[in-house]
Amino acid sequence: MPFLLRRLAFYAVTAWAALTINFVIPRLMPGDPVQALIARFQATGQVSPEQTESLRILFGLDQDVSLWTQYWQYWAQVLGGDLGLSFTYFPTPVSEVIRQTLPWTLILVGLATLISFVIGTSAGMVAGWRRGSLIDGLLPLATFFAAVPYFWLGLIAIALFAVTFPVFPTSGGYDVGLTPGWSADFVGSAVYHGMLPALTIVVSSLAPWILGMRNMMVTVASEDYVTVAHAKGLPARRVMMSYAARNAILPSVSTLALSLGFVVGGSLVTEMVFNYPGIGLALFQSINAQDYPLMQAIFLILTLAVLAANLVADVAFVLLDPRIRRAT
Amino acid sequence: MVTDPILEIRDLRVDYGYGADAVTALSGVSLTLHRGEILGIAGESGCGKSTLAYAATRLLPPPGLVTGGAVLLHGAPGTPPVDLLSLPDAALRSRRWRDVAVVFQGALSSLNPVHRIRTQLTDAIAAHDPSSTRRSRLDRARELLAMVKLPEDRLSAYPHQLSGGMRQRVMIAMALALEPQVLILDEPTTALDVVVQKQIVEQLLELRERLGFSVVFITHDVSLLISYADRIAVMYAGEVVEVADAESIYREPRHPYTHALLNSFPPLQGPRRVVTGIGGAPPDLAALPPGCRFHPRCPYRMPACAERHPGLVASPYPGDDGRTVACLLHGTDDTTAVPAALAPRTRSRSA
Repeated sequence: MPFLLRRLAFYAVTAWAALTINFVIPRLMPGDPVQALIARFQATGQVSPEQTESLRILFGLDQDVSLWTQYWQYWAQVLGGDLGLSFTYFPTPVSEVIRQTLPWTLILVGLATLISFVIGTSAGMVAGWRRGSLIDGLLPLATFFAAVPYFWLGLIAIALFAVTFPVFPTSGGYDVGLTPGWSADFVGSAVYHGMLPALTIVVSSLAPWILGMRNMMVTVASEDYVTVAHAKGLPARRVMMSYAARNAILPSVSTLALSLGFVVGGSLVTEMVFNYPGIGLALFQSINAQDYPLMQAIFLILTLAVLAANLVADVAFVLLDPRIRRAT
Repeated sequence: MVTDPILEIRDLRVDYGYGADAVTALSGVSLTLHRGEILGIAGESGCGKSTLAYAATRLLPPPGLVTGGAVLLHGAPGTPPVDLLSLPDAALRSRRWRDVAVVFQGALSSLNPVHRIRTQLTDAIAAHDPSSTRRSRLDRARELLAMVKLPEDRLSAYPHQLSGGMRQRVMIAMALALEPQVLILDEPTTALDVVVQKQIVEQLLELRERLGFSVVFITHDVSLLISYADRIAVMYAGEVVEVADAESIYREPRHPYTHALLNSFPPLQGPRRVVTGIGGAPPDLAALPPGCRFHPRCPYRMPACAERHPGLVASPYPGDDGRTVACLLHGTDDTTAVPAALAPRTRSRSA
């Protein structure tokens, strides 16, 4: 479909720009990685000039390579999945760190976002359709939880459900006594550990979904085609779902696609509060440790995720709204 | 004329808003639609004609509120009429479209943009006849499109792929899906150009000949009604001011407002005449003038007009059978007070 091809080309160009900026910015920063690394190890003991030199060789900084050649090497490495070595987890490759942390975040925050979308949008649909009903009263409550700073909500949740009433574990992503793998014990433990953080994410992010869908429902309910649907004597449920909600949900779907893009990076506070072994925590640690390779890689993944989400939003729109297809 | 009523609107009252802020949009409208007839409802914007269509079908959106009256739908002879306004929801739903279908004003916005024409034609059939098969519904949809002279392949089109005229034809096809007894047309051609407008109206009339439904035709275009309607009801500021057959309304309007309305449109047929506007502006429904609602704009007003509110009564003149008019000029003993323009033609000729 030409429309999607055009979008795809646009995203390819954007991805190229993002990767290039990712290459340029660190090179504009003062200092070099060896100095940063030495500074880290300074506390543990003196680093001799020989050691410094060997680190420089190890990092490949002894060769005088032109920026242009570096650029091509960078592309070859990125495409080959080689994102360098992490300082924080030295000498673990960055790609390995990401491979270990990303799934945790994707599953926890991704699922929580989806659950929040489904609950919030359904509630918003009914609230907008039957204004003033009981479910409409959910909105102030949800807005309250959205307005409370998230870290505070998380801490209260821990204090309440992990300390006062120890229903859930206080932190971590799984029972440390277990070896990560696809065993029933481990998956069960991971789900159990994920419940409280997921709950806090859902509760704090419901309000925008409810509000967005409710407002669209109110708008769409006064559209002529909804009146026609009533006049046709269609069952009330069909008018609400197939005529009103089907049109009202369009903006929410694009918001969902975009927020799924931010799942990768938007989980920083959650993972800090719950000490959750996801990519947000890794980003936090890499910033603390000035771990440029890891930071760079996480930002890169964040950028690509947002682009992918945009693409998903485009595809979803084409599937859901026939009017967009005309733009082909 | 057939006198068997099919739809009777009795003393229908509609307010917009509640309590002290309520504005009365319809103050006791009574109209009768007879079997097989085209009843035209005319009036300027804001006179309550569309409100009447919505209120009579119980589709009035909030803050509109029906505060009184009845809408009686007559079924087969011998069965008692049902009041649409007091039916329980489920019963109302099963009556809708099967008995009374509506074609709305917005030809361009009456179709759901995300569903194919096919879906929108068949879902009404499915809702009213759950025993119908998918195949029979599709056959019916094809038949309906053929009825409004649209090619069959338009079934799989989306509304945005159709022109305004085509969309209104789809709406008409949709309205006829269940062969309703009453078709309410609320300004069905407003969003369309004159050529398409004429085509659509003529197609509707042709279908009416074939299928025999009764029509309530609401429009501000009096000339259209004069050409096509059997009877015309003229509305002003939320009430009916005159009802008569189309020919009589055109030849001998009795109400000053009808007269003014007729003179503000160029006639479709007959000799050319000078077109004049109606002075003043339509009244604010929240602050209606005392007495006759038209008197501030009426060229023939009398002192009594500002004090007494005229009711809709039978026209007093011989030969005016079945005509009703709400004007103080008529019905007084002093017949010389009646201006020539509003008086019976024979009398003014002899005078």
